[in-house]
Amino acid sequence: MIATVLSPKVLRAALPALSLLILLVAVWYLNPRAISPLGFNLMFNLAVPIALATVAQMCVITVNDLDLGIGAYVGFVVCVAATWLYDTPLLGIAALIGGIVLYMAVGALIHVRNLPSIVVTLGMSFVWLGLAILVLPTPGGKAPEWLAALMKYKPPAIPIPGWGDLQIPFPIIAAVVIAIVAHVLLMRTSYGSILRGSGGNPKAIERAGWSLLKTKVVMFGAAGFFGMLAGLALIGLTTSAQANVAERYTLLSIAGVILGGGYFVGGRVSPVGAVIGAMTLTLSLPFLTFLKIPPDWQIGAQGAILIVVLALRAIIDRLGPQQ
Amino acid sequence: MIRDVLRKPWLWSFVAAFLVWLATMAFTGFKGGGELISAALTFATFFVIVGIGQMFVFTLGPGNVDLSIPATMTLAGSVAMKLMDTQDSMIVIGLLVALVIGVGVGIFNYILILGLRIPPIIATLSSSFVILSAAIAYGRGLRIKPPPLLAEFTTVQVAGIPVLAIAVVILAALMGVVLHRTIYGRSVTAIGQSIRAAGFAGVPVERIRFLTYVLSAVLAALCGYLFSGFSGGSSLSMGEQYLLASIAVVVIGGTSVAGGNGNLPGLWGAALFLFLVQSMLNTYQLSAGLRYLATGLIIIAVITAAGGQKTLR
Repeated sequence: MIATVLSPKVLRAALPALSLLILLVAVWYLNPRAISPLGFNLMFNLAVPIALATVAQMCVITVNDLDLGIGAYVGFVVCVAATWLYDTPLLGIAALIGGIVLYMAVGALIHVRNLPSIVVTLGMSFVWLGLAILVLPTPGGKAPEWLAALMKYKPPAIPIPGWGDLQIPFPIIAAVVIAIVAHVLLMRTSYGSILRGSGGNPKAIERAGWSLLKTKVVMFGAAGFFGMLAGLALIGLTTSAQANVAERYTLLSIAGVILGGGYFVGGRVSPVGAVIGAMTLTLSLPFLTFLKIPPDWQIGAQGAILIVVLALRAIIDRLGPQQ
Repeated sequence: MIRDVLRKPWLWSFVAAFLVWLATMAFTGFKGGGELISAALTFATFFVIVGIGQMFVFTLGPGNVDLSIPATMTLAGSVAMKLMDTQDSMIVIGLLVALVIGVGVGIFNYILILGLRIPPIIATLSSSFVILSAAIAYGRGLRIKPPPLLAEFTTVQVAGIPVLAIAVVILAALMGVVLHRTIYGRSVTAIGQSIRAAGFAGVPVERIRFLTYVLSAVLAALCGYLFSGFSGGSSLSMGEQYLLASIAVVVIGGTSVAGGNGNLPGLWGAALFLFLVQSMLNTYQLSAGLRYLATGLIIIAVITAAGGQKTLR
């Protein structure tokens, strides 16, 4: 029994959740008041867009590519949402759909011409930034009311007899919904396993009669879709838009996928883990602030957290049977 | 003979650079063409320095890339500038310290790659967080001027040709010899073509990979040192455009992204091209948005045309 619980496979799967739990306990130790509905709302507010961007990045990593343009793309969505979607919703929707179509086209280009995704998506980051500036040259704009209302939504309290009302913070509900949707689509459908297979063993998938071009286009399209949701969630949280508002999302999303137990190659990803990874990264900032780490070292500390988790995973892997 | 030259993968980057130069000149009525070439040579020099390191890393095979170059540049530049404190007598010590930082970063990167068994892309990304933080904490965002002699060395020109560019042409030629004629360079190529075959043939795979990541970090540090001297001091954002630049010059320059086939002359053509595209868009007086958009589209178009060759395997 203990052997099963401590087997590398279980440990590996539990590591992302364990990291988040350890961080939560640490935050509670440093500042008990933070562990409250209000504290959760404040700490995890930005977790929703980051989790969505992380799921987008995970889609691309599933097919063995990397998206270095996701941050700029989220910024583009924010700018479109704050201007066109606010003033002329139809034009805004058309632009957002156009963004997803462009993502699919990039996936097709990378597959057909056998190009390195890092260069193409890095080039695309300039394209998105340029488009965002064209849509909104100076910071400003306004979030559509329904988005702001959605992000400020306060779920009704659940009365628990003999204890009081339980108020589940919206970011937590949103994160659970995102994780379940992504998990079902990628891990529980038959085409989802084809998609993961096209990252794990492309040759086998191709010989079995599936189009690798199609899997790549689908996954890049999914990345565009989740990236769009990330941008919409972000503008709902912030009051005004700016072209480079989500610059850091590129690195955060990659770190989130890796923290969540995703491997960079072989289609081995975990949607639930990715969402947990994004939340861990979000929580690391208040944690570092409570620790009184100066802001200068906060990026470095996030990098260090990433390295520590990867080191733990390497140790777990070494405990297991040699592959 | 002519056919041989035409089949060189690096030729196209020079052709593209020349076409962009022509397009710029057509707009200004061929005024200032010489000055533009001088400026292009100067700025391309810095792209080439980091490009050489990135090219050796790329040649190791798919999945090998160094994303810590911008952070390493920033750290080496700011530590060296602060240490030298505008004194000419400290120039050599500053250079040595910058290079030692490069060696340190390279060793750190490689420890992550081998020790944690994570892909280089993630290892160098994680380390770049830590390195950049160190640079921020150390430099406090202050801009410290370089020693006058270093500033002069990085900007002086002979007959319109920057001395630094000549030095880096020689460096690139030397590294070409290293890549194609030495045991180390041949081992890098062999690993890129087939890591298993190279291992069976007795190539010390891990030692070669280690040296290559150190080489890339050392060149990044050197670039940070020189660029700080050139641009009047180090700044925290000085490395920013070098992430795209270091990768783009390698790919546009004709180096195989599948590894095992490095190409040095192409780095120069690609670096000149990258700078000339920027100055062309500035000359055309496009708005910032259109400039970014055009830069992105041109880079993707050129990579689509230049890259994408079928792998040998």
